[in-house]
Amino acid sequence: MITRRFLEAPDRRGWIFLALLAAAAIIVPALNLFVPSTSPLHVSTTTVALWGKYLCFALLALSLDLAWGYCGILSLGHGAFFALGGYAMGMYLMRQIGPRGVYAHPVLPDFMMFLNWKELPWYWYGFNHFPYAAVMILAVPGILAFVFGWFAFRSRVTGVYLSIITQALTFALMLGFFRNDFGFGGNNGLTDFKDILGFNVQSTGTRAALFSISALALGLGYLVAQAVVRSKAGKVLIAVRDAESRTRFLGYRVEHYKTFVFTLSACMAGVAGALYVPQVGIINPSEFAPANSIEVVIWVAVGGRGTLIGAALGAILVNYAKTQFTIGMLAPYWLFALGALFVLVTLFLPRGVLGLLPRPEPTGVPCSTSGPPAPKLRSAAGSPPVQPGGGEHASVSRPGAAAAQPVLAK
Amino acid sequence: MAAPVEWPRAITHSLLYLDGVTVSFDGFRALNNLSLDLAHGEMRAIIGPNGAGKTTMMDVITGKTRPDTGEVLFDNGSIDLTREDEAAIAQLGIGRKFQRPTVFDDHTIEDNVLLALKGGRTVGRNLFWRSNGDAGRIGDILSTIGLAAHRRRLAGTLSHGQKQWLEIGMLIAQDPKLLLVDEPVAGMTDAETMTTARLLKDIAQDHTVIVVEHDMEFVRRLGVKVTVLHEGSVLAEGSIDEVSANARVIEVYLGR
Ligand SMILES: Nc1ncnc2c1ncn2[C@@H]1O[C@H](COP(=O)(O)OP(=O)(O)O)[C@@H](O)[C@H]1O
Ligand SMILES: [Mg+2]
Repeated sequence: MITRRFLEAPDRRGWIFLALLAAAAIIVPALNLFVPSTSPLHVSTTTVALWGKYLCFALLALSLDLAWGYCGILSLGHGAFFALGGYAMGMYLMRQIGPRGVYAHPVLPDFMMFLNWKELPWYWYGFNHFPYAAVMILAVPGILAFVFGWFAFRSRVTGVYLSIITQALTFALMLGFFRNDFGFGGNNGLTDFKDILGFNVQSTGTRAALFSISALALGLGYLVAQAVVRSKAGKVLIAVRDAESRTRFLGYRVEHYKTFVFTLSACMAGVAGALYVPQVGIINPSEFAPANSIEVVIWVAVGGRGTLIGAALGAILVNYAKTQFTIGMLAPYWLFALGALFVLVTLFLPRGVLGLLPRPEPTGVPCSTSGPPAPKLRSAAGSPPVQPGGGEHASVSRPGAAAAQPVLAK
Repeated sequence: MAAPVEWPRAITHSLLYLDGVTVSFDGFRALNNLSLDLAHGEMRAIIGPNGAGKTTMMDVITGKTRPDTGEVLFDNGSIDLTREDEAAIAQLGIGRKFQRPTVFDDHTIEDNVLLALKGGRTVGRNLFWRSNGDAGRIGDILSTIGLAAHRRRLAGTLSHGQKQWLEIGMLIAQDPKLLLVDEPVAGMTDAETMTTARLLKDIAQDHTVIVVEHDMEFVRRLGVKVTVLHEGSVLAEGSIDEVSANARVIEVYLGR
């Protein structure tokens, strides 16, 4: 009964979140498809596509929160996993175009014809099959994260150094994908998609369906993430976040836990990217831009780090604000606004928007022993805590220089 | 892993055997040709002035610090601890309480004990873990350390002394073969100190224990063999009365 054991039930807040997602997944497409556009209740296709995009960003933020909020891995390269998932989906969509491209070649996408390529590069094989593409959407970001994490975490690269190399990772990928000879369409990327699983990507029905699937994916991602963080392994992740070396001295292989959560998180980011691409109709190397990954961190911080739901809400909130900003005259100031928002949240809302709500009870192990037995030791709560001289090697003292006074009680 | 069995007899009969261990930090010798031999089931008190190298010795045993030279052998000389990392050493059965109590502040007290509890340490095991049977054991430990009434409190809200006890509780939960206890009564009242002495003696009934402490009354209360460290090596060894009478010990440590 692995599934029953694995899926730790969400808490009350989690159920509300899932219920809202489910409602949105049903109601929004219904209002789009079945309510006439003259009705005030009608939701336009543009709105559906826009909110579908927000949902993908929410899943991306959730994935980052899993690694950062719960295990302290501040990845500034999560946009790379998102983009890789997006490219995997884009490759599938490209191959669905078939002979309908400008050059009408039955196999080669237009950009390859343009480059005078004679045959499909080997890494494009199989992408005409959706199941293969679906596996790659998870596998490519997952394997990259696994290999990267394996080396980084085994060498105990942490903190700001880890953040910097994740930035370098996404930057390097961006430079690579910009090159035409990389075989992913250079700086134009992949676009002009026609259909997905036989449905026209542009049609209202497909867009509505993609919206619902994105909501579903976010809900599923949340279920998986919260099951992980509420398991005992999740408690180990938090322990690693707060006192990494202490966790090692308890016998936990910190690098395994980090690699696990980083890989899982990358897979989720990949799914988010894959759902994003058919909804926006394009994937290009700018998705790897280092600034994108930094923005994701801001979404999570705004919503509330280490809350999962907060991360998702933060992504939606900030992106909604971004849309409002960039359609108005304030467009050139968006980045300033975003920066200011980040500073303000860091200063005044350290637990994010979700932190404004009352904190749920800390959940401990369910213990069955009845009633607290009388303590055998007197609690030290009454006496003021005494700081012992410095900490573990906090201060470098030379022997003899500061010999501790032994307590010579006779 | 298994070392060739050409060691002297003493090694093959000790749980922990340190010989000629030297650790330098930027040329400064924190440990200087340190040797120590701990029998199975023994309890040993280690005293010495600040900077004598007591904590560094624990760092070496638990894999935090690699010695420049010397041997650190565990379990009858069968395991060379200098080749293992922290997690492996913990899994071999060496538990440690830190000088500055280090608990998981954002976890409840019972979750702190749960994480320490002997058992599966792999990701897979812990993803699918259920609390069968652990609750009783955790409850027992919490009442032993007097924190049963606080089980659902976050460890970060505990006082310094309570954190000391929680760490001792985590050690008990680990049930290691060897316990390294660094300054367990720092910041405790006299009464608490005595209770802690009793608790540690209790633990020592079926565990091998090394306790580092400055509090001489506490060490006297333990009533075990004492090793005095000074400038990274052993200055004296013997009963508390013997080392207290040692002229050099009085000079560098007690007589100040
Ligand atoms: N990581 C380190 N880097 C530099 N110096 C250190 C380090 N660890 C310990 N020392 C030095 O080694 C000496 C021994 O320290 P320590 O083992 O903490 O002594 P004790 O625990 O006996 O008070 C001290 O002088 C300390 O400053
Ligand atoms: Mg010390």
